[in-house]
Amino acid sequence: MSTGWYLAVSAIVFAIGAGGVTTRRNPLLVLVCLELMLNAGNLAIVAFARMHGATEGHVFALVVMVVAAAEVVVGLGIVVALYRNRVAVDVDELRELHG
Amino acid sequence: MSPAEAAWIVLLLPLLGAVVLGLGFRVWRGITAGIIGTAAVGLAFVFTLITLFGLLGRDEEGTRQIASSLYDYVSVGGVDVKMEILVDPLSVVMLLVVTGVSTLIHLYSIAYMRGDAGYTRFFAYLNFFVFSMLVLVLAGNFVLLIVGWGFVGAASYMLISFWYRRTSATKAGIKAFVINVVGDVGLVLGVILLLKETNSVDFLDTFHSAKETFGEDGSGSLTAALLLIMVGAFAKSAQMPLHTWLPDAMEGPTPVSSLIHAATMVTAGVYLIARLHPLMELSPTAQTVGAIIGCATLLVAGTIGLVQTDLKRVIAYSTMSQIGYMIMGVSAGAYVAGMFHLMTHAFFKALLFMAAGSLISAMAGEQNMNKMGGFRKAMPFTFLAFVIGGLALSGIPPFSGFFSKDEILAGVASEGGWHWILWGAGIFGAFLTAVYTWRMIFRAFWGPPVPEAKELEEGHLHHAAEHRNPATGEIEDTGVGFPGPEHHIAERAPAMRMAMSVLAVLAVVGGILGIPHVFTPLEHFLEPVFEEAHALHHVDTSITVLGLIVGSLAGIAGIAVAYVIWAKPTTRGEASTAISSGWQRRFAPVHRLFVNKWYFDEIIDLLIVRPVRGFGRWAHDGFERLVIGGAIVGGTTGAVRGASAVVRRLQSGYLRTYSAVVLTGAAVLVIYFLTQS
Repeated sequence: MSTGWYLAVSAIVFAIGAGGVTTRRNPLLVLVCLELMLNAGNLAIVAFARMHGATEGHVFALVVMVVAAAEVVVGLGIVVALYRNRVAVDVDELRELHG
Repeated sequence: MSPAEAAWIVLLLPLLGAVVLGLGFRVWRGITAGIIGTAAVGLAFVFTLITLFGLLGRDEEGTRQIASSLYDYVSVGGVDVKMEILVDPLSVVMLLVVTGVSTLIHLYSIAYMRGDAGYTRFFAYLNFFVFSMLVLVLAGNFVLLIVGWGFVGAASYMLISFWYRRTSATKAGIKAFVINVVGDVGLVLGVILLLKETNSVDFLDTFHSAKETFGEDGSGSLTAALLLIMVGAFAKSAQMPLHTWLPDAMEGPTPVSSLIHAATMVTAGVYLIARLHPLMELSPTAQTVGAIIGCATLLVAGTIGLVQTDLKRVIAYSTMSQIGYMIMGVSAGAYVAGMFHLMTHAFFKALLFMAAGSLISAMAGEQNMNKMGGFRKAMPFTFLAFVIGGLALSGIPPFSGFFSKDEILAGVASEGGWHWILWGAGIFGAFLTAVYTWRMIFRAFWGPPVPEAKELEEGHLHHAAEHRNPATGEIEDTGVGFPGPEHHIAERAPAMRMAMSVLAVLAVVGGILGIPHVFTPLEHFLEPVFEEAHALHHVDTSITVLGLIVGSLAGIAGIAVAYVIWAKPTTRGEASTAISSGWQRRFAPVHRLFVNKWYFDEIIDLLIVRPVRGFGRWAHDGFERLVIGGAIVGGTTGAVRGASAVVRRLQSGYLRTYSAVVLTGAAVLVIYFLTQS
C-alpha cells in the first residue's frame, strides 16, 4: 500500500480534529479533537518513517504520545477545575482574557 | 609614641566620641553624655600635646615634617591618593587651637546646654565637628582636605539647625550650607586644575614640584587654580561676597557660635592659604586678590558691627572682620602673624561668645542689646570676661590681640608700596573694632539695670513666662527641636566659669607667644614651614613699633569714642542715648546702609537667587511640564497606548478564534513551503 493513503487518512483526521477544535464549544470535545490532530500527525510521521525505512520517526511518534498524555492530564485538570467553579462548561464563556 | 601615631589618635578620639554618643543617645541622656564628649576631645588635646612634644624633641628642622599614611585610598591613572596625614609645626599649631578651644567649649556646653532635650545629640554633633575639623587640619593631600572641608560644612549645618523646629534656624542652616557648597565647588575645581598640572594631589609633592611645573613667576593656570581654591576659603571663612551666612548662623546655640563660627571652622580659610603658601608665593595675583578681599571684608564687617542690635550678630561681624585681618595677612605673606592672630582670636572670641551666651541666658534668651543694660553688678564674672575679651579684641596692650593684630599689619606694611593702604585700612579697622566691641560692653553692662538685671541682683535668675524666638518673636515650646527651658549663667555654673577662666587667662597672656623682636617662640616654631616665604624675615623694627603705637592708639580712641557715645553720664547723671541717636539722624543714609548690611543679601538675591529661581520656575513650568512631561514621557505612553488599542481588538477571548488563527497561520506556512519546493 502506498504511503499516499496513509497520508490521506492522516490529513482527513487532522482536518476533522482542526474543525472540531475551532467549532466545538465543549472543552472535553476540544481536547478530544486536539488528540485527533496529534494522532493524525503521529500517523503521518510513522508513514514517512516507514517510507524511508528509518526508526527516528517511530521514536518521534512515541515522544508525541507522551506529550499528548501530559497535555491531556493538564487539560483535563483545568476542565475539572472549571467545572467545579461554574456549572456551564463552554469555552465561549471563558473569555476573561479578552482585550 | 611617635608624633604621627599620636596625631592619628587625636583624629580617632573625637570620631569615637561622636559614634559612641550617636549610638548611645538612648542610654546617656544626662550629664554623662557631656562628660563623654568632653573627655573625647580633652584626650585628643592631651595627644596633641604629645604630638607637639614629639615634634619639639626632634631637633633638626627638616625632620619636623612627618607624612604618615595608613593605606592607599585611591590609586588610579598614575595618581596616588593615600589616607595620609601631614604633621608639621603648622598643622600642630592648628591642632592645639582646635582641640584646646574645643575642649573648653565642650566643658562650657556641659552646663550651658543642660535642660535641652537634644543634649546628647548636641555633643555627638560637636564631637563630629571636631573630628571633621581635625581631618581638615591634618590632611596630607588635597582629597582628604576636601573630605574634611565638606564634613565641617555638614557639621556646621547640623549645628546651626540644631533647634530644628525653629524655622529661622533651619533657614540659616540651609543658607550656610548652600554658600559653603559654592565654596566647596570652587575648592574642588581648583584642586582638579592643580591635579591636571602637577599630576599629584599630595601636598608635599605638589609643593616640591610647584616651581618646576609653574615656573618662578607662576602661570595663568596656577593663578586660576588658586583663585578657585580661594573661593572655597572665602566661603568657609565668611569673606566678601560669600559672608552672608555667618551672621545668620548665629541661630545656632551659643557654644556652636563660639566653637565653629568664631574659633575654628571659619578660620579654615586662613589655614588653607597658609598651608598652600608655596603655591601662593608663586602667584602674586592670587595674593593681591586675597589681601584686598580680606581688607574690604574687615572694613565692611566693622561698619556693620557698629549698628547691629543683636548681641551675637555683632560678635559675628567682628569675627568676619578679624578673619579679614588674617586673610589679608596670610595673603600678603605674613603667615606666622596670620596664624598667631588665628590663635589669639580663637581665645578671645570664644571667650566673648561664652560671655555673650551667659548674658543671653540672664536675659532668658533675648539677644537684643536695646533691651539689655546695667548687668555690671548682677554678673561680675561675665562682665570681667567680656571686658578681657573686649580689650584683647580691641588690641589694647598687653592683651593678646594687641600683638597679633599689629604683627599682621606690620607684615602687610613691610611689603611696601600700595600695601600701606591696607595698613591704613587695618588701623582704621582696629578703631572700628574697638568702637563696636565697647558699644556692646557699654550697652549691656553700663546704664541703669534692666528688670532682668535687677532680678538677678536680688538672686533670682529671670525666666521668661513664655519662650520666644528672639529673631521672630514666635512663641515656642521647649520640647525637642526647640531651646530647652533652663538657662545657665556663668555665675552659677562652675563648668562655664572654668572654661571661661582658662580662655580669659589665655586671652590676656596669649600674646607672649609672639612679642615682636623680643620673644617669638611661635615664629621660631613655625619658621621651618615657611622657610621659603620671602616676606617672613624682613619686618622692620620701625614698622613694628609704628604699628604697635598707632594700633593701640586706635584701640584706645575707639574705646573712648564708644564711652562718650554710649556710656558717659550726662549732666543729669544718667546714660545718654542722645549722641548716638543724633548721629543716626545726621548720617541717616550711612546708618541705613550699615543696618542693612550694605545690602549684600539683597544684591545676592537680585543677582543670583532671583535669576536662578526664575530659571527654576521656567524649567519646572515650561520645560519639565511641556517637554519632559508632555512630549517625552507623554509621547511614549501615548504611542504605546495607541498601538495597543489596535492590537487589543485582536484579543477576542474566544478559543476558537485563536485556534483558527493558529491553524490558518500554519496552513499558510505549509502552503508557502510547499510552493517554494
